[in-house]
Formats: sequence, structure tokens, C-alpha cells
Amino acid sequence: MNWINNYVRPRINSIFSRREVPENLWSKCSECGTMLFHRELSENLNVCTQCQHHMGISPRQRFEGLFDGGIFVEVEVPAPINDPLYFRDHKKYPDRLKAAQKITRETEAMLVAEGHIGRTPIVAAAQDFSFMGGSMGMYVGNAIIAAAERAVNLKRPLILFSAAGGARMQEGILSLMQMPRSTVAIQMLKEASLPYIVVLTHPTTGGVTASYAMLGDIHIAEPNALICFAGPRVIEQTIREKLPEGFQRAEYLLDHGMLDMVVSRLKMRDELVKIVRLLLGLSPAVMGDLPSPVPQDHGEEQTISPSPE
Amino acid sequence: MTHYLEFEKPLAEIEGKAEELRAMARQNEEMDVVSEAEALDKKAAEMLIDLYKNLTPWRKCQVARHPERPHCKDYIHALFTDYTTLAGDRNFADDDAVMGGIARFEDKPVVVIGHEKGNDTKSRIERNFGMARPEGYRKAIRLMELADKFGMPVITLVDTPGAYPGKGAEERGQSEAIARSTEKCLQIGVPLVSVVIGEGGSGGAVAFATANRVAMLEHSIYSVISPEGCASILWKDTEKMREAAEALRLTAQDLKKLGVNDLIINEPQGGAHRDCNLAQVSVKAAISGLLKELSGKSPKVLINDRRKRFLDIGSSGLTA
Ligand SMILES: [Zn+2]
Repeated sequence: MNWINNYVRPRINSIFSRREVPENLWSKCSECGTMLFHRELSENLNVCTQCQHHMGISPRQRFEGLFDGGIFVEVEVPAPINDPLYFRDHKKYPDRLKAAQKITRETEAMLVAEGHIGRTPIVAAAQDFSFMGGSMGMYVGNAIIAAAERAVNLKRPLILFSAAGGARMQEGILSLMQMPRSTVAIQMLKEASLPYIVVLTHPTTGGVTASYAMLGDIHIAEPNALICFAGPRVIEQTIREKLPEGFQRAEYLLDHGMLDMVVSRLKMRDELVKIVRLLLGLSPAVMGDLPSPVPQDHGEEQTISPSPE
Repeated sequence: MTHYLEFEKPLAEIEGKAEELRAMARQNEEMDVVSEAEALDKKAAEMLIDLYKNLTPWRKCQVARHPERPHCKDYIHALFTDYTTLAGDRNFADDDAVMGGIARFEDKPVVVIGHEKGNDTKSRIERNFGMARPEGYRKAIRLMELADKFGMPVITLVDTPGAYPGKGAEERGQSEAIARSTEKCLQIGVPLVSVVIGEGGSGGAVAFATANRVAMLEHSIYSVISPEGCASILWKDTEKMREAAEALRLTAQDLKKLGVNDLIINEPQGGAHRDCNLAQVSVKAAISGLLKELSGKSPKVLINDRRKRFLDIGSSGLTA
């Protein structure tokens, strides 16, 4: 992979040094409107440096920030039947899938990986809101089952980052059936006495909230994330009244006893390392940016200086 | 007075005419209308068979939601003896959208749980149109635990437009309640049999229907979203519910091909509401048969059977 570093890096650097910055290298914070330099934003895990607003983040980018040294190995997810119902509205479902794959450059709406966080082995799964709204179809169900099975085989905890508008309507009843299917997966973890930690990110709604996202041993949410069963608009139409400010947001759910804590994305990794190590009965974590583990284990207590990057 | 659905209008006319003739004959004994009325009856019967022979998915939705269709309460009274209502979630309230209790089915003690929509304005409001709040699911969890403890099979009757989208319901953890109810379905070591008697609306239905065996009435539906909801999201037009109903494959017949239900219970000609007694006899026979399939199995076998049933769903799709 060295040739990539040698070739691509200088090219990116040269773009930055030329000052002719193309527009798409800047992002506008959707909350405060501040223009943020792309690299700066991505180094800050897509959290606005001005107002701390948490913007969407792809599973891959999240994993790069989560795992030690940004190194993780993807867990293979069995491919489900393509378009089981021959569903079409204005577009054919396979065409919608292809368009989402092109935009995200991912296979589907969930990424599963194994690796280490703070030198603690884990399995992680993250839902991709930019892939058809993160919607839960058969692939997402298979991904959760694959993640749970992998965690049980390796005797590791599972950390799941949820983000979804709900079920994948184009898979009809089969998307609904992912509620019981994912619940079976979570039961496998519980029976193996392995921690299952859910990080609820913006937005987590519908059948996703009403299944695996609410069955964690510990529920953590990112600030201001919308977390609900029925969305605010549906409720407003049903009860014909305006909902209060902050309704169904992470802090509101914390107040109503549905979450253990609300944690900034910038502190999430350290918090997860601490919690996982507590639950597994391991010694306290060595904090700071750690390189990925080397093949020879030098023991947990040995300090390793952070990589220069 | 029979409530006619939109597509039954021509039938309503003929049946109305026959009724008129008979009313006239009652007032004037010299009038001989028997043969004429009988001819109309025959025509109506043929039309009924014809209309119901190949109901479109959207028409099935209408039949499934028919206001005179037998509801949970009717089945509970007809199919069970010693029905004893158990109320409350021991936490916040009792939810009237969910009926539940202990009873006897063919003399054997069971737990029965179901959504009840109500049958007139007053009871519909009391029952919240069969849309449960978290308390309803938590009552169901309690009852399933009771069944597990005392070795009683659980029978659930599914008939809901969905879980209630309300402010209080969200505040008290609608999502968590549904998730826990589904989880409880998967945990109990007693037979769990579910019958979709009308509308199987999304997560609110799954919370009760994660069963060893799922049966569906011939004209019942089970879907991830209502056709109206799907039309408004994907077609951006609520009038496209016919297309959405078609695309969602929500009929008992399509769902059986997908392995979602194990059994289709035939309905009386013209739908369950035309002969409630016959519908109840058929549902009873179906539940009896399904419970027999599961009897004598150990808790572990029952739990694994349920898990496998759901893990296997989706291994085959429909053919074009
Ligand atoms: Zn900002």
C-alpha cells in the first residue's frame, strides 16, 4: 500500500498549498452556518469546531477515529436476496440501491468491523444514514447477526452505532422481520454474557429504535440526536399540537430515563474504552492516541508513545 | 344494517332491492315476490363470490379494516372459557387497546393477549382504535412472563393499525416497550401462537407476533407501513395507496410465500364479518391445530424453534 502514500499524499498536499481551494473543500455547519475547512472538520470527526454541532459521519470515517491507529478488519456480511419483492415505485428498488452504492461507495447501510480500541478487542457495527437513510432491510439484519456471531466467536463486546430513518420500505414485510431477527442476534450476545453497547446517533427512529437500538446493556447517545419511535411530524399530525423544543432529542430521552448518558463524539472513544474495560473486568485503560497493537504482545501495562502522524 | 365497502356498491344495490321487496310483501300479503326476491338473492350471492374471488391488495386492506369484522374481544368470548381479564403494567397504567388475561382454550389454561379496536364510537375511543401505548406492551410482557412461569401456552390476536404515535407514548418509551415485548416473545419457554385477525400494523404487530407459529385470516394484512403511509412517502401522493398496497405484498397469500405466516385461515364467503360464528369456528380449529404441533416440546426446543423461524425468513423471495 506504500505507493498510495507516496503518490496520493503529495498530490493532496499540493492542492492545499496552491490556495486555489475548490468549493467542495469547505462545508457549512448546518447549525451555526460557519464555513469549516473540510480537513479540519473531518479531523474533528464532523463536529463543528464553532458550535459543537454533530454532523453525519460515515461508518468508515467513524471506525478510522474509533479503532487504534485507525486500523480495523471488516467482518463479512452474507448478501441477502436482491429485491425480494420486485418492488418499484417511481424507480425500481435495484436502481435506488445502485444509486446509493454509487454515492456512498459502500455495499449497504451497515459496516461491521473488528479491531482494538484502547488495546481492548471489540467488534463494532455502524449504520450509514447516507445510504438510503440508513434504512433497515435484510442486509442490515444480516450485518447485526454477523456482528453478534463474530463477537460471540471471539468473546468480544459489540458496540453498535445506530442511525436510521426506520425500515426499508422497498423490502416490505422482510424489513419488518429484521426487528425479531436482530433481537435474536442481541440475545446471542446476552447469553454469552458479552457487553452490548448501543451508541444512538442522529437520527435513530422507527423500527430500529423499537428493536436492537433499545436493547443495549448501556445506551449512549450523541448530543441532540433525534431518537424516537414515531417522528415528530407524525405525532404533530396525530395530536394536532406543536411539540415542545427538544422533544425526542438525546437530552430529553436522558431526562426520561431511556439513556444512560449523552456523550460528545470527541469523547466517545475514551468513554467506550473505559466502559468496556469496566464491564470486562480489565485494568484501567491507558489513555491517549495509541498505535495499533503489534503482533508480539508487550503486555497491557507497557506505555507506548503516541505515533507522530 | 350491513356496512358496505366501496367496491361492494353494486352488491349493496341488489341486496337492498331484495330487502325492499320482502318489506313490501310483509305489508301486502297478496303480493307474491318470493321468486323475484330469490332471483335477486341468487344474483347477489354470485356477485359476492365474484367480488371476493380475487380481491386486490387494497380491497383486502378495506376488508381487514371492516368495522363489523370480528375483533379480538369477539374471538376471546367465542373461543375461550373462564376468561379472566388481567389489567395493568404495574408501572403506569392499564392500556385498553390491549386485552389480556388467563383463560381456558379447549379446557387447558392459556394466556391470551390481543389488540382490540372497539366496535362503536365510544369503545373505539376507549380502545384508542387498537393503537397501543407502552403500557399495553408492558402488560403483554407481564402476561407472557406469567405464562412462562406457570407453563401456559400464549395465544396472541393481532389487529392494530400500529403503535400509537403520541407524545406521552414517546415520553414513556414506546420504542423500548415494543423492543422488550418482541424480546419477551423470543424468550418464553412455552408455545406461542399468533393469529393476525385483521390488520398487522408494523412494529406494534411484531411485538405480539414473534411467535412459533403465525396464522393469518384469508383477508387480513400484515405490513411494515400502511399503504397510505407508503404512498405518501414513496409516491409523494396519498392517493397512490392502491399501488403501494400492491407493491408492499401485504396479503396473507403473498406473505405465506415469504414464510412470514405458516397458515391461512379461510374466511366465510364475503369476509369474516358476513358470518362471525363461522369465522370463529375456523380460527378455533386453526389455533387448536397449531398448539397440537407444539405440544410436548421442551422450553429449549420451543425457544430455538422460534429463533430459527425468524432467522430463516428472507432466505427466499417471491417469483416475478
Ligand atoms: Zn456550527
